[in-house]
Amino acid sequence: MSDSLYQEIILDHYKHPHGRGLREPFGGEAHHVNPTCGDEITVRVELDGSTITDVSYDGQGCSISQASASVLHELLTGRTVEDAFAVDKTFTELMQGRGQVEPDEDVLGDGIAFAGVAKYPARVKCALLSWMAFKDATARALTGAGPISKESR
Amino acid sequence: MSAPHSPLDVDRVRKDFPILERRLAGDHPLVYLDSANTSQKPTAVLDALAEHYTQHNANVARAVHQLGEESTAAYEGARDKIAALIKAPSRDEIIFTKNASEALNLVAHTLASGLAEDPRYRLGPGDEIVVTEMEHHSNIVPWQLAAQRTGAAFRWFGLTDEGRLDLSTIGELINERTKIVSLVHQSNSLGTVNDVATVVARAREVGALVLLDGSQSVPHQPIDVTELGVDLLAFTGHKMVGPTGIGVLWGRRDVLDALPPFLGGGEMIETVAMTGSTFAPIPHKFEAGTPPIAQAIGLGAAVDYLTGVGLDRIHEHEQALTAYALDQLNAVDGVRIIGPNSMESRGGTVSFVVDGVHPHDVGQLLDEQGVAVRVGHHCARPVCVRYGIPATTRASFYLYTTFDEIDAMAAGLQQVKRFFG
Repeated sequence: MSDSLYQEIILDHYKHPHGRGLREPFGGEAHHVNPTCGDEITVRVELDGSTITDVSYDGQGCSISQASASVLHELLTGRTVEDAFAVDKTFTELMQGRGQVEPDEDVLGDGIAFAGVAKYPARVKCALLSWMAFKDATARALTGAGPISKESR
Repeated sequence: MSAPHSPLDVDRVRKDFPILERRLAGDHPLVYLDSANTSQKPTAVLDALAEHYTQHNANVARAVHQLGEESTAAYEGARDKIAALIKAPSRDEIIFTKNASEALNLVAHTLASGLAEDPRYRLGPGDEIVVTEMEHHSNIVPWQLAAQRTGAAFRWFGLTDEGRLDLSTIGELINERTKIVSLVHQSNSLGTVNDVATVVARAREVGALVLLDGSQSVPHQPIDVTELGVDLLAFTGHKMVGPTGIGVLWGRRDVLDALPPFLGGGEMIETVAMTGSTFAPIPHKFEAGTPPIAQAIGLGAAVDYLTGVGLDRIHEHEQALTAYALDQLNAVDGVRIIGPNSMESRGGTVSFVVDGVHPHDVGQLLDEQGVAVRVGHHCARPVCVRYGIPATTRASFYLYTTFDEIDAMAAGLQQVKRFFG
């Protein structure tokens, strides 16, 4: 059952999330909500120069949105902002590729498990929720601005 | 558990709905438990739409040619059928809109416009609007906007823990300042059927109007607007085996006469001069522009179909289905009903949550087994907030729903639990 959507890796991250919980210190924070389903996530990013030293998060939502945040934490912590944004771009392209984009495991690691989600337009937003919040939080951290809250559409 | 008796020959009913033959991905038969979202359409309605377009298509109320007369007769004939369905005292009290949302917005907008001659139909500072916490967004947002525009206060009934209106504060909530009470007859998320009589009685004492959202009740039970005692009733065609794009506002003649026009345009006027215009009598006063002609005719065919089967029998069938569904759902460990967990004053829409599994995941896994339910806040987000949950899974039934389909959902939920267990 659910061969293409609910990969074992996704269920693993959902049941045993990595790096979950909001931590101090943080340079930027963003709260995103998916208004159609009520999924929400808060992401905090801490920088040391241009290196991301921590991505912490908390939220509620479906297995796809929560597992995606766990994968994000694992993939992007320790990278430079430039690197992280490149991974983010690759992940976003995969999710918006309607199942036509071949996932690159070297870049995306466990993120390739979400390739099947791209075939379910209604669920793509779930997978991207934390990634959009991450981009916002990082931008805030880079400019030293305060937290931001918004709805993802 | 053995399936209880139903007064309907459901196998026969199902033959009238071609889509129920669909096989879905994985060759699963369609188990359609999302009729509160939109209902499926019988052949009689599909044929009426096709016949209109292939045989009679013309604009209404303005053509003198034969097709125009046929089209007008069919369109106005649909109005007669709908008037009869809800026992409206006059056919002129039936206003065609594009959906229930537009019907609700029509009332909110005209009351807020300040254009009515009679001050009872003008909202302003010091006036109060009352809704309930279980309304669909379409019966919340128009009133919030009306309150913003006019300075009227926006108030609401809260909900009890078991999913009913908390009427304990009715004496204070509906008071001399209340201009209108707008409430849902049957909740689209909880399935609760509200105690309209108590609300109407209190509104009468203070001279407030009562608008009832019948989107989830008119399709499922016999309705008599005079017996209900409300002033206005909104409902939609696509939830009652009719097409999309057609809704209805019924109002008492004196109320509709007193309300100013909503949209301006063709057909709603008496005479137009550059110095000013006068307006047609109801119903045309509220039907500016070319109306949804085929859709209204399709809705007329839907009414014929439903009355042919019998709304009392449809209601009885759904009550039996719902009782069975509550039993089946309560028997699944970790499933919690959101809303009334008994058959007292409730309809065939059941919301629930599954411990530890997000409703999106429940819906997705049920879909993979061919079971179509709705997940989310069902355009009634305050209900989810009230019960401290992000969303629910909702199963909703209609005349073509079988007991086997409820079994399929229950079996699907066991799969969901195994998968996420």
